[in-house]
Amino acid sequence: MPRPKLSPINELSATLPSLSVNEKLARSLVSSFVSLFDPRLDELNDIKTSVSEAVTNCIVHAYRDSVGPIELTIRAYGSGVIYIKIKDKGCGIADIRQAMEPMYTSLPGEERSGLGFSVMESLCDSVEVKSRPGAGTTVVLRKRIKSRMEYAH
Amino acid sequence: MAVYITTDSDGVMTAALTGEIDHHSAAWLRTDIETAINDSRPRLLRLDFEKVGFMDSSGVGLVMGRLNTMRRLRGELELVNLPDYIRRVMLMAKIDRYVKIK
Repeated sequence: MPRPKLSPINELSATLPSLSVNEKLARSLVSSFVSLFDPRLDELNDIKTSVSEAVTNCIVHAYRDSVGPIELTIRAYGSGVIYIKIKDKGCGIADIRQAMEPMYTSLPGEERSGLGFSVMESLCDSVEVKSRPGAGTTVVLRKRIKSRMEYAH
Repeated sequence: MAVYITTDSDGVMTAALTGEIDHHSAAWLRTDIETAINDSRPRLLRLDFEKVGFMDSSGVGLVMGRLNTMRRLRGELELVNLPDYIRRVMLMAKIDRYVKIK
């Protein structure tokens, strides 16, 4: 029998223009949403940092010479998994593997560390990237929040 | 976000960073710190992270950029009072190979 598709217990969608002030706004939205599930401070911080990296990529790379929409979708599942999708309609990535290499940046000289994807991979349980040049990029982050009950045992 | 910069008579400049460091705020922090360095040419720049509430990898870029500036001036850079999560991001970039972390 096919497994029924799990539906989220809560969901938030927002579209933000790719302005750098919205890095903070995206973190605030995600932080408020995740806080409903009583995360530990370090778990919350890991998620905020990862979202900050993904949204910054949209602003710095995807919409390098323009301002465009960043679609943010956050879902919480009963299992404690937080799902975060960050989608842009920007320039896209030709070589995803290269873009995800630690310390690689297509913008040397702008004080970009090239660590965005490494940070996301290190702080989340999974990072999925789909992209095509000219067709935008979608990043999906997943991280399971351990409930306080699990720590009690 | 703000940075409070003081320089003592011994040529040690302390830049106390506050608030959240991201790509947006790093641009302002960079300008403020570079201006102060050009004005007083310190022999040692100390970046103090005690009052930083959030930092993503933009903070690594900020540190590497200041390292380049201090090297050009034949000066030194050190990082102090790093909260654990900031230390973790810095170590991901292996910054301790180039900069003293106290």
